[in-house]
Amino acid sequence: MNEHPVRIAQISCGPEHSGVQKEIYDAAEAVNAEMFFPDVTLTDIRRSYDAFGLEARSGDLKLAIARAMALVEQKVEADAVFIATCFRCAEAATVRNELRRYIHEHSDLPVVSYSFTERTTSGTLLTRMEALTTIARRRALLAREKQNGTTMGIDSGSATTKAVVMQDNEIIGTGWLPSTEVMNSANGVIEAALKEAGLEMTDIEAIGTTGYGRYLVGEKLGVDLIQEELTVNSKGAVYLADRQHGEATVIDIGGMDNKAISVQDGIPGVFTMGGICAGASGRFLELTAQRIGVDITELGPIAMKGNSNVVPMNSYCIVFGTQSLVNALAKGSSKEDVAAAACRSVAEQVFEQQLQEVDIKEPVIMVGGTSLIEGLVHEMGELLQTKILVPHHSQYIGSVGSALLASGFIEEK
Amino acid sequence: MAKVFIFPATSLILSDMVERWGHEALGAATGIRERIQTPSLDSPPLQMTPEDPKKGLKYAAVEVPCGVRGRMAIYGPLIEEADAAIIINDADLSFGCMGCARTNELVMFMVRQQKGLPLLDIKYPETEDEGVAFVTQIKEFLAGLEGEINE
Repeated sequence: MNEHPVRIAQISCGPEHSGVQKEIYDAAEAVNAEMFFPDVTLTDIRRSYDAFGLEARSGDLKLAIARAMALVEQKVEADAVFIATCFRCAEAATVRNELRRYIHEHSDLPVVSYSFTERTTSGTLLTRMEALTTIARRRALLAREKQNGTTMGIDSGSATTKAVVMQDNEIIGTGWLPSTEVMNSANGVIEAALKEAGLEMTDIEAIGTTGYGRYLVGEKLGVDLIQEELTVNSKGAVYLADRQHGEATVIDIGGMDNKAISVQDGIPGVFTMGGICAGASGRFLELTAQRIGVDITELGPIAMKGNSNVVPMNSYCIVFGTQSLVNALAKGSSKEDVAAAACRSVAEQVFEQQLQEVDIKEPVIMVGGTSLIEGLVHEMGELLQTKILVPHHSQYIGSVGSALLASGFIEEK
Repeated sequence: MAKVFIFPATSLILSDMVERWGHEALGAATGIRERIQTPSLDSPPLQMTPEDPKKGLKYAAVEVPCGVRGRMAIYGPLIEEADAAIIINDADLSFGCMGCARTNELVMFMVRQQKGLPLLDIKYPETEDEGVAFVTQIKEFLAGLEGEINE
């Protein structure tokens, strides 16, 4: 890579003593970024601490406040900010959240915040770091609002693999398969999308890939753009929802993890990715559908007929969630109420665990396969007290975002 | 010569006073130096590895944040090894700061719980007069240690 490394300012408390600082460095290095600690003095710490007004008692959190203020006041230059503190530390969580909000409101620096344990690996951090560097490095590409020429986007996700073919700003072919062996699934969806579009692979002018299998698929096919799903999905969401200008919040409840992204003009500002347990993901809804004996595509309409308030369910942990599910059915609850409660529970987990880390700005756009489960969209709307937008082709969001961004490479050829 | 655990453990001033008055200071420098000289650690220059927070489980439960447990993996053994301890309460950042308030609480508690451990538990001075008294108290405590340990 000939590009200059993206400089990511690290504002943190505890990673060295948790033994994960090396993992942070490794994740940054993998995406040609370098971590650095904003340089501040003891005088800066005293001044910033008083000025910020949050009475943290930990020295490293006072230092974090001073570093955040140095970035906002442009005494230190950075391309992006990574805020990290120990998981389960209440004091650090308060400071982390307030600093994330402060930097987002007072600068245009992309920010990601993360709470780590000693088990955090560079692999866990990679997608977040990649998104930070993309936002910093590829603002021009992310500003693209129209798809040109004939391009393909492939989303190799943890649960499903999707592909779309786009031509002159229209989706003309789609393919969808459950993810099994990565390349087999990718080849299957490519074939389906091309068949629907009536095109051959040689007609495709540029290809983009995203999702967990993006590197493998990207390398095998020699694609133009290999991009993590945070930026791609944001772009795809505002494009399909026709909300490319101004603020928006994108929620993607995936098969393995969830993403909540605060977007400004189609570019992510603050985002979170994760989820404590599969109980907060689409997996729990799949499990619910299996348990009540319906196809996942039927779960949404069934849930809309039920009442989520009459069945207690907490899927903070998928095992506890399953216990609630089994108990409710054993007590004779209807499958409609159970389906609604499962949707409510997943929405609550995402709301409690992730949406607290981004500022919800309307419109709220839900994307990904789970956005087709109308019971889940309804429950999320109830929790957020807003009408949620689900754009057409929302289940193909990663593929559409990839195809859209990939068209930026046609002119370069 | 006594081994004196110091708090804040990062305080160079306190460490210097202990050494100057004839004892060995057990602080952050001791713990960290021990680590980078240990041949089995393979990730220099970062001394800590994810194994350290697990070692810290001896001193703090698993629900305690990993940063606290990692720090306890350094300071716990030093406290156990100490013949005496000095705690400076509410120290200024420039005197020595240990980063994590939760670790501070646990370290101070653990020191105070050590039965029979000679302990000087004093407040950081805010005026010049208090400063003079502060140094005198430390000096007298350290001078009296030999006899106390030999008894």
